[in-house]
Amino acid sequence: MLRLSRLTRVALGGVVLFILFFMYTPLMVLILNSFNESQISGWPIESFSTKWWEFARSYQPIRDALLNSVLVATGAMVIASILGTLVAFAMKGFSFFGKGTVNILIVLPIALPGVVTGVAFSNTYSNFLTPMGFNIGYFGMIVAHSTFCIVMVFNNVFARLRRMNPNLQEASADLGAGLWQTFRLVTFPQFRTSFAAGALLAFALSFDEVVVTIFTAPPGVDTLPLWILKEVGRPNQASVVNVVATVVILLSLIPVYISQRLARAQEDER
Amino acid sequence: MSTKSDFRGSRPISSFFLRKPKVRLISLLSLPMTWIVGVYIVSLFLLLITAFWNVDPFTSRVSPGFNLENFIMVFTVPAYIATSIRTLFIALSVTAICVLLAVPLGIYMAKIAKPWLRNILAVAITLPLWAGYLVKIIAMRLVFTEEGFFNWLMAPLGIRGPGFSIPIVILTLTYLWFPYMALPVYTAIRQIPPNLFDASSDMGAKGFTTVYRVVIPLIVPAIIAGSVFTFSLSLGDYLAARFTGGATQMIGSIIAANINLNPPVAAAYSMIPIAFVVIYLMVARRTGSLERM
Amino acid sequence: MKGKKLAILSALSASVLIISGCSSGSDDSSGVAIEVPDIPMHEAMGEFEGELNIVNWSGFVEPAWTDKFTADTGCKVNPRVAGTSDEMVTLMRTGQYDIVSASGDAALRLIVGGDVQPLNLDLIPNFSDDIAAGMKGNIYDTVNGKPYGVPIGRGANLLQYNEEVTGGAPESWDVVWELNTPYKGKITAYDAPIYIADAAVYLMYHKPELGIKNPYALDETQLAAAIDLLKQQNQVIGEYWSDPVAQITSFVGGNTVVGTSWEVLRKFAAKDNLKTTLPVEGSTGWFDSWLVSSTTKNINCAYAWMDYTSKPEVNGAIAVNFGMAPANVAYCASSPEAQAHCDTFFAEDEEFFKRIWPWTTPIETCVDGRKDVKCTSFQEWTNAWATVKG
Repeated sequence: MLRLSRLTRVALGGVVLFILFFMYTPLMVLILNSFNESQISGWPIESFSTKWWEFARSYQPIRDALLNSVLVATGAMVIASILGTLVAFAMKGFSFFGKGTVNILIVLPIALPGVVTGVAFSNTYSNFLTPMGFNIGYFGMIVAHSTFCIVMVFNNVFARLRRMNPNLQEASADLGAGLWQTFRLVTFPQFRTSFAAGALLAFALSFDEVVVTIFTAPPGVDTLPLWILKEVGRPNQASVVNVVATVVILLSLIPVYISQRLARAQEDER
Repeated sequence: MSTKSDFRGSRPISSFFLRKPKVRLISLLSLPMTWIVGVYIVSLFLLLITAFWNVDPFTSRVSPGFNLENFIMVFTVPAYIATSIRTLFIALSVTAICVLLAVPLGIYMAKIAKPWLRNILAVAITLPLWAGYLVKIIAMRLVFTEEGFFNWLMAPLGIRGPGFSIPIVILTLTYLWFPYMALPVYTAIRQIPPNLFDASSDMGAKGFTTVYRVVIPLIVPAIIAGSVFTFSLSLGDYLAARFTGGATQMIGSIIAANINLNPPVAAAYSMIPIAFVVIYLMVARRTGSLERM
Repeated sequence: MKGKKLAILSALSASVLIISGCSSGSDDSSGVAIEVPDIPMHEAMGEFEGELNIVNWSGFVEPAWTDKFTADTGCKVNPRVAGTSDEMVTLMRTGQYDIVSASGDAALRLIVGGDVQPLNLDLIPNFSDDIAAGMKGNIYDTVNGKPYGVPIGRGANLLQYNEEVTGGAPESWDVVWELNTPYKGKITAYDAPIYIADAAVYLMYHKPELGIKNPYALDETQLAAAIDLLKQQNQVIGEYWSDPVAQITSFVGGNTVVGTSWEVLRKFAAKDNLKTTLPVEGSTGWFDSWLVSSTTKNINCAYAWMDYTSKPEVNGAIAVNFGMAPANVAYCASSPEAQAHCDTFFAEDEEFFKRIWPWTTPIETCVDGRKDVKCTSFQEWTNAWATVKG
C-alpha cells in the first residue's frame, strides 16, 4: 500500500473536498433553481415553488427529446466503441507508415469547433447524398456523433493497451486459443475498465452535444440539448430547463451505476 | 483444450491472421479508416478546400479558384493572431488545471479512500457529465454573476469574483471537461499493481517520492489521453466564452461567425486549431516515448 | 382578383415611398436596384404536400397554433430552432427547410443569394391592410418592387438601464459609447456584426459630417468610423450578449447597468428597477418575416402557413409568446389584454418605429441610393467585427 504521511493524506483529502465543492456548487445552484418560482434562474432565489416540476411532468416534447438523445447517444456509443477499439489495437500492435496521421484524424473531430464539423456533415448530406437519392435523415445525426466519439474510446483503450503485458496474448495463442478466444478471455478483461470508461465518456459527449447536432438533426427532431437551447432562447419558461437537468442527473445514476458494477466485477476477477 | 497442432488445422482463420500481420493491421484499420476518412475527412475537405476559393461579396456564395488571401489574413490581422494565442492559452490552462486536480484525486480515490468512499467518489466525478453542457454553462453564470452565489458566499471574507472574463472561461471549461481527465487518470492509478508501491516503500521511498517516481511515469499515457480531450475540446469551444467570457473571443467564435457568410475565411482559420492539435500530439508523443526509455 | 393584386402592389410601393421618405431623408430609395437571381413565383395554390419544415426563432412555432394548422391542412410541421441569424442562413442553405422566420439581417442575404423566392401575395389573403404599414415593403424583404417576405413581428433595440444606479433615463446612447461613461465595465452590447449599425446610428446623430444617411449603407470611411467607435466601446464594455437568458441574468445579477435590450427581456427580468428607453439618436430593430426557400418541395403548405400565421389571432399568439409587436395590428383590438400587449410593444405606434432602423443585410449596393460609391458588404462587417472584439 502507498505509505503517505498523515499530513499528505489530509492535504490530498483537502484537494478532493475542493474538487467536490467546485463540481457540485453549480449543480446545487441549478437544482435549487428548479424550485425557483421565477421564469429566469437567479441567485439568491426569492420564492420557491414546484410549478416547473408540474409543468415538466405533463410536457411531451421533453420526453421526445430525451428519447432521441438516448437513442442517438447509444448508437454513437456502440459505433464509436467498436471503431475506437479497432484503431487502438492497430496503433498498439503495429508500427506503420502514417500512424501519427491516424492519431490526428481521430482527434480532429473534437479539436475543430463543432460548427465546422456540423456544417461539413450537413454539406455532404444535403449536397451529395440527397441528390444521389439517399436520404440519411435520423442516421446522419448518429454518424456525426459517432465520428467525434471515437476518440473517447480510442484514447482510453489505447492508454490501457500501452501498459498491458503482450506476453499474455502470445501465451494464449501458444496454448492454442484462436484470436477471438484470446480476445474474449485474455485481452478484453484486461482493458474492460478503460473500455467502459471510454464508452461512458462517449455516451456523455454525444448526449451533451449541441452545435454539431443543430446542423445534422433532421427537421423537427430535437435532442435534449437542442430542446434546452430552444428553451434558453425563449426565456418565458427557462426555469423548466433546471428541472430537466435535475431529472437527467438522477436518471444518469443508472448508467453510472452499471459502469461501476462492471469495474467492480473486474476487480473481483483479479 | 486444444493443442497447438490442432489449432493450425482447426482454426484456419486465426492462423491465417497470426501469420500475416499486415492483413491483421488492414482488417483492424479498414473499418475505422473508411468511416473517418470516407465520411468525415471527405466532408471536411470539401468544406476546407474553400479556404483557397473566392467568395462573391454579393451573394456570399463561394466559387472555385486559388488565392492565398484568406490565409494571409489569418496570419496578419492582429485580432486573429491575438484570438489564436488567447485560445491556446485558455486550452493549455484548462489542461494544466485538470491535471493538477485529477492526479491527487486519482491517488486519493485509488489508494487512500475506503472502497465505499471510492465508489461514491467515482460516481461523484462522473455525475456532472450528465447535467447537460448548456445547463452547466448557465449554472456557472449563476455562480459567478456580480450578485451570484460566489460573491454571496465570499462576501463575509471580502473576496469578489473577477466578473465574466478569461479566468471564468477557464474555470467553466475546466468544469465542463474535468471528468474527461479525471476518469482516465483514476482508472490508470487503479491499475497500478499494489506491489509496486510496496516495493517502492520497501526501498525506503517516501510517499511523495513514490508518487513522483512510480505513479506519475505509469499514468503518463492516461494523462496524455485525458489532456487530448481537455485541450482539444477547449480549443474548439466557443459557447462557454459566449456565456461566461464577457467580451472574450475565441477561435470558435470567429469561425462560427464566418462559416456561412465567408466560408473561405472560416476554412482558413480552421487550420489554426488543426495546427495546434498536430503540434500538441507531436509533443505528447515525444513525452510518451521519453517516459518509456 | 387582379384588381386586388394591383391595389396591394400600389399600396406597397406607396409605403416604400413613405418609409424611405420619412426615415432616410432621401426621397428616392425605392430606386435602389439590386441584382437578384430570377426565380419564378408560385402561380396558384395546389394540393397540400403533407409536411412543412421550418427554421424559426424560439417561440415562433408552438403546438398551441401548429396543431390547428396541421388539422386544417394536413401539413405536418417540423420546426428547427436556430439561435442566430447565421445559423438560419446556414440551415436554409442545406435545402432541407421550406420556410424561415428571418430577421432583416438574414433576409436580404437569402434574397440576394437566390435562396428564397419572390411571393405571390394574391395567395396570401391575410396579408391585408391590417399588416402594420411600417412592416410592408422594407428594403430587407422587398427587392426591386418584388415582395419576398410576409411580416411576423418586430421589436426595437432599446437602451435598458438600472434605475437604482443611473437615477433616471439616460437621454443619449453616449452612456454606452463614450470613454467617460460613468458605467465603465457595466455595459452590455449585442454580440453580432449587425451591431455595427448601432454605432452608425449614433454617428449619424453626433457626426453629421460623415454623411451617413442609412446605417446599413456605409462606405469604407464610414465603416472605419463606426469600427473606431466600437473599439472605443470595447474599452469600457463589460459583456457582449447574444443569448437572451445570459443578458437577463447580467442585468438581474448586477453585472450590467446599461446596454442594448429588447422590451421583452426587460419584462422577463421582472425587476422594477430595470427600465428601457429610446434615446434621442433613435435605434435599430429587428423586423422578422417568413421567407420561402427557392427549392422547397412543400410550396403549398408554405403558403398556407404564411396565410395562417398572418391571421390576427395566430399572429398575435406568436407575438405574445415571443414578446414583440405583432405584424397584424388587427389583433390589438381583439381584447383588452391584446391591446395592453400592443401598447407595451408599440405595435400601432408608427411614430415610434420611424425612429427605428430595421436590421438589413449590408450589401455592396448602397441601400441609401448612393450610386457613386461602393458600400461595405456584410463580409466586411463580419471581418471588422472580429477586430473590434480583438
